[in-house]
Amino acid sequence: MSIVEFRKVTKTFGPVVVLREVDLNIDAGEVVVLIGPSGSGKSTLLRCINALEEINGGDLVVDDISVRSGRSKVRLIRQEAGMVFQQFNLFPQMTALQNVAFGPQRVRGVAKAEAIEQAKALLAKVGLAERGHHYPSELSGGQQQRVAIARALAVKPKLMLFDEPTSALDPELRHEVLRVMRSLAEEGMTMIVVTHEMAFARQVGTRLIFMEDGKISVDGNPAELLANTTNPRLKEFLQHVH
Amino acid sequence: MEFDWSVIADAMPALLSGARLTILITVAGLVGGLIVGFVAGLMRAYGNAIVNGIAFAYVELIRGTPIVVQVMFIYFALPVLADIRVNPMTAAVVSIIVNAGAYIAEIVRGSFLSVHKGLKEAGLALGLPMWKVLVYIIGPVAFRRMIPPLGNQFIVSLKDTSLFIVIGVGELTRQGQEIMAANFRAVEIWSAVAILYLLMTGTLTLILRVTEKRMRIL
Ligand SMILES: Nc1ncnc2c1ncn2[C@@H]1O[C@H](COP(=O)(O)OP(=O)(O)O)[C@@H](O)[C@H]1O
Ligand SMILES: [Mg+2]
Repeated sequence: MSIVEFRKVTKTFGPVVVLREVDLNIDAGEVVVLIGPSGSGKSTLLRCINALEEINGGDLVVDDISVRSGRSKVRLIRQEAGMVFQQFNLFPQMTALQNVAFGPQRVRGVAKAEAIEQAKALLAKVGLAERGHHYPSELSGGQQQRVAIARALAVKPKLMLFDEPTSALDPELRHEVLRVMRSLAEEGMTMIVVTHEMAFARQVGTRLIFMEDGKISVDGNPAELLANTTNPRLKEFLQHVH
Repeated sequence: MEFDWSVIADAMPALLSGARLTILITVAGLVGGLIVGFVAGLMRAYGNAIVNGIAFAYVELIRGTPIVVQVMFIYFALPVLADIRVNPMTAAVVSIIVNAGAYIAEIVRGSFLSVHKGLKEAGLALGLPMWKVLVYIIGPVAFRRMIPPLGNQFIVSLKDTSLFIVIGVGELTRQGQEIMAANFRAVEIWSAVAILYLLMTGTLTLILRVTEKRMRIL
């Protein structure tokens, strides 16, 4: 059963058409890696799923709820679809622990003590048990991004959306974030990941999607596509990211 | 001419009661001004076209006219126009509320909108309603950024109370003026008045410094 279903989704920004009648089904448990040239609509596609962008045409159903069914329903979708941003976007006035405990308290109504306990466990899971009392400004980029992952997981989503989670990081800090993402995938989390990390795509991804100019032009098995694709533009794209 | 300290000693009780009134008008006016300013500023930042337009008109009206004209209007014109009679003290407090409110609205709007939009998106992406994003995420960050410009406005408003001499409120400047009219000791009286203002604004500055130091500016 699909957890995300794009039905001829169109998205425009003023006169610019960014998504062109996109059809896409994603099943629970899939780890979809989304690649494509800059400006091809990857971020927009991801942001339509949790309704950070409003679609202009077609329909988009997430966990049986349409993104067009009103504000309160949209909030339910967002609770089921955690998001990790390129720039981390941690809440700067809160410690790492408070960042992670925040969602359960304010979204799910979990009691503070319980939220803190869960947050500690999640920080331990992303390898930051010792960093709970640090503010984001006191953490490295890789640590901040791992806190951001824990923050999203704290709300207990069914689906995780990652928008270039390692692009803002120095190369030597990327692996610690990728390791957390890999273990999340191994636990069976449904994930949609925009990334240029081709090793991650090959080793962790169950599906690779290549976007061009607001459309999905290639959709298949990562290992096969990376080894020998017949699509000339994907071939060229892959030569540039390597 | 020689500086006569006894003049100051004699004038002090009256000047202090004037200073007390100055503080009272300032505090009451700024408490109200903060409420009005937050509401108007958030209307400007997040309201639809109509809501935004109302707040915009208010801010422009107040910023475009001198505070003396505003207090004259409230004290002398409102009774004629709308049969609303107010005593000088009320007119003074309302003037500060209305006047500071407009400037604070711009401070509030600016600092809320200066918060990186990624924070709003991160909050919304967790499934929070917008008002919770404002209260728990953007508000606290914006609030820290507001402290320096708010401090400025507090000091401006405190000094603006001296203009209420025109409607006969017995605040510090008025007290100084009355004593001076009786004893003609301009140097002593206006020195004392100036120093009392400096003590009040200095205290305010000190409080703001401490607050700023305590809060990490984000
Ligand atoms: N908020 C926006 N307003 C206007 N245009 C936008 C906005 N966001 C994205 N776009 C445009 O949409 C297109 C796709 O952007 P995006 O989804 O960010 O691409 P990608 O993530 O693949 O680089 C680009 O042409 C971009 O300029
Ligand atoms: Mg992008």
